[in-house]
Amino acid sequence: MQHKVIDIKDVVIRFAGDSGDGMQLTGTLFADTSALYGNEISTFPDYPAEIRAPHGTISGVSGFQVHIGSEGVNTPGDFCDVLVAMNPAALKANVKWAKPTATIIIDTDTFDEQGLKKAGFTTDNPITELRIEDRNVICAQITSLTKESLKDSGLDPKSIVRSKNMFTLGMCFFMFNRPLEYINTYLEKKFAKKPHLIEPNKKVLFDGYNYASNIHAIANTYEVAPAKQEKGIYRNINGNQATAWGLIAAAEKSGLQLFCGSYPITPATAILEELAIHKNLNVKTMQAEDEIAGICTAIGAAYAGDFAVTSTSGPGLSLKSEALGLAMITELPLVVIDVQRSGPSTGIPTKTEQTDLNQALYGRNGECPVCIVAAHSPSNCFDAAFNAGKLALEHMMPVILMSEGFIANGSEPWKIPSMADYPAIKPPFIEECEGGFKPFERDPQTFVRKWAVPGKKGLNHRVGGLEKNPAGVISSDPENHAMMVAARAEKIARVADCIPAQKVIGDSEGDVLVVGWGGTFGHLFTAVNELSAQGHKVSLAHFDYINPLPKNTAEIFAKFKKIIVCELNSGHFADYLRAKLPQFSYLQYNKVQGQPFIVKEVVDAIKEIL
Amino acid sequence: MKYTAQDFKSNQEVRWCPGCGDHAVLAALQRALPQVSEDLGYELEKFVVVSGIGCSSRLPYYMNTYGFHSIHGRATAISTGIKVANPELCVWQACGDGDALAIGGNHFIHAIRRNVDLNIVLFNNQIYGLTKGQYSPTSKFGTITKTSPYGTVENPFTPGMLVLGARGTFFARGIDNDLALNQSIFITAAKHRGTSVCEMLTNCVIFNDGAHAAFAAREVRAERTITLRDGEKMLFGANNDKGLILKDGQLAVAKIGEDGVTLDDILTHHVDSNDIGLQSMLIDMKYPDMPVALGVIRDVKDKTYDINVQDQVNDVTAKARIHCVDDLLRSGSTWEVK
Repeated sequence: MQHKVIDIKDVVIRFAGDSGDGMQLTGTLFADTSALYGNEISTFPDYPAEIRAPHGTISGVSGFQVHIGSEGVNTPGDFCDVLVAMNPAALKANVKWAKPTATIIIDTDTFDEQGLKKAGFTTDNPITELRIEDRNVICAQITSLTKESLKDSGLDPKSIVRSKNMFTLGMCFFMFNRPLEYINTYLEKKFAKKPHLIEPNKKVLFDGYNYASNIHAIANTYEVAPAKQEKGIYRNINGNQATAWGLIAAAEKSGLQLFCGSYPITPATAILEELAIHKNLNVKTMQAEDEIAGICTAIGAAYAGDFAVTSTSGPGLSLKSEALGLAMITELPLVVIDVQRSGPSTGIPTKTEQTDLNQALYGRNGECPVCIVAAHSPSNCFDAAFNAGKLALEHMMPVILMSEGFIANGSEPWKIPSMADYPAIKPPFIEECEGGFKPFERDPQTFVRKWAVPGKKGLNHRVGGLEKNPAGVISSDPENHAMMVAARAEKIARVADCIPAQKVIGDSEGDVLVVGWGGTFGHLFTAVNELSAQGHKVSLAHFDYINPLPKNTAEIFAKFKKIIVCELNSGHFADYLRAKLPQFSYLQYNKVQGQPFIVKEVVDAIKEIL
Repeated sequence: MKYTAQDFKSNQEVRWCPGCGDHAVLAALQRALPQVSEDLGYELEKFVVVSGIGCSSRLPYYMNTYGFHSIHGRATAISTGIKVANPELCVWQACGDGDALAIGGNHFIHAIRRNVDLNIVLFNNQIYGLTKGQYSPTSKFGTITKTSPYGTVENPFTPGMLVLGARGTFFARGIDNDLALNQSIFITAAKHRGTSVCEMLTNCVIFNDGAHAAFAAREVRAERTITLRDGEKMLFGANNDKGLILKDGQLAVAKIGEDGVTLDDILTHHVDSNDIGLQSMLIDMKYPDMPVALGVIRDVKDKTYDINVQDQVNDVTAKARIHCVDDLLRSGSTWEVK
């Protein structure tokens, strides 16, 4: 068979195996190598909630999808060109994500009677049972080959079997002509303290590479050319890491110490973990005893003059609701990050959704509007967190930053910015005053109050959850309450003067305006691009600022015949827009499956209304 | 002294019921703070008073300091955040038995476990006053209240035992109207580095009048309570002729001169003893079997959380190669597109 190298624009690879098989690492290494090679990448980890679910079962399948390409990579891809299935359950659970033309690599060593039974196959031939006989299925004895490769390595049998992911990675490196230098350097770094592991890992990787090149089952290998990228220094970054870094950046620009009080919760925990590493950058982190203590320690730190944040996910936001009201009425700066996951209650903790928007908008007692911003991609989490911090600190208010599992765990290459290009953050500190500090006197333009930090002479004052008058004295006077409620709401409404105008991607007028917010950006952008390429008059308005809305929102909406709001919930943003801008009618496309959109389904939904 | 009690009084009208024990505790605190300022070098603006919700949680409004009247049960978490953010502040917290031990129980034990340098004044009147008379986690078994019309059927907490259970480093107890003792308790608490829990046995004249009267009433107090002082013999009684001894491993009351008991047989109090066994027996003494222990019962040295956090930040910073966000963004694996 003649071996050909085929140039392709992009390719999607899905690694799937048992949750102990190391698929997340395999996928990450493949993605990092491709990014270094200069490809655009987008990744999507799809893993179970259980750390080690029952071995070999469908519920224990862990997946990691990587989309690499030379242009137009905005999502991790709907369906894959290559599926790696390390056991029968992984094949069964993931075959639906394989394109009809896909190459499927399976480890036949795991396809024994027991493995097939655990995965719920009813016959002894999973290939025919799944009706994938016509696909290019590469049956490799990966476990045996790994054992053979490492038999003289001195590693114990368990470690040897665990290395099969490296063998598989080697096979994929061959298929996609990936350079091996990066991975060599990576292994040398990772095992610097366990040098006896470096050579075995390299060896099994090369053996996988050579095996793939020798078997001839892989007729063609693929070359995905580097993307035409802007000049600059790049790195890979996932959303949670970018969020943490954006917060640190806001602390640096404001000259304040960063305080994070948080409680571990999937999929937000990595923000606390990342901040805990960087104590050298004026960061204090506190793993609190519960979600409520997370936000309350942060409120205390804000009162004391820190840039205070708390990170959580939906159930944690529920627990923080009362304290969020306290931050709102005391008018203290605070960023609450909600990395959304599937709900209600515990829901499906590792799966992505946008179902917390109503909670963020309305989930508090009393008249309690809160500023809400959203991040739209893994790397955008940096800017979103920075902006959330800037708004909170300059407007003396809590800000909820909406992230979601999909972008929090997903990664993409990011052109590293320079902090010189970011604006200063200037909190409204007060250093002294005569005649007693009145904490709730406001700037007439912005309605923002002053921030008097304990330790400042002559600014002693009291704040609290009880309604106060502008002087800071408790008041249950009806007129005062009405005035204070209106003033706090007006302060948030006037944030609209400080946020950028909403942009439209595509023509500023047309048949359909696709409206989205948050982590669905990549899918909606790709769908709108596809439709535009087909000649349809479709544009996209993707919102980073939810409350308040950008001031030009109505102006944008007026120029389209139809508006369709696409979200991963039952219509929270659509309902909010109906309340805020009732002069327009809104169509909806919604999905609540704990999964991101698929570009094709969005395209089809829009075509239906064209 | 630089300040007087008057300097710590705010201009706001105190709105507790006439006869409420909280008035006296507030007065003792306002009298103690000038001395605290003098001894520890805190300027007035370094004092922050935090509270939760309940009658006693109104206290920050009556103090001419920085103050934060927060939400039910959360004062301890908010105080912790303030102190960790700025360890140079002198943080005081006012909270009730329902506030700190029911809805806020989790924050209370964890602050103590961490040994955050807070001064917690725990107003224990064994009742929910602000909501008008429901039983609390310190109400005695059988207490009749609006939510327990036939009497409670649950055991109360002894707050000091909770403090010891969380390996607390400071515990003191006072009766609301004993201003001199409470003033000295507060000064000692402020000097203690770590979480100082000062339980104030307060009287709610409206909903639980006389809850502590059996031993706290002035006419019986000397006979039914014992005020412990560091390094001194554990003596009590109107004539100071009774004391505590250890008998068969348990505390017992002995009268000097009876059954051959001499002053030498009476135990000596050591606040810094790590003998939690003896301290727990002292804290757990209940009238009528035993006198109720007052004063500073435990005051041991340990590192504080707020300082540990700061030390770690300093340590990590001293060793770090990354000193700004630009460094951070360029750390690890990066590549250049030319």
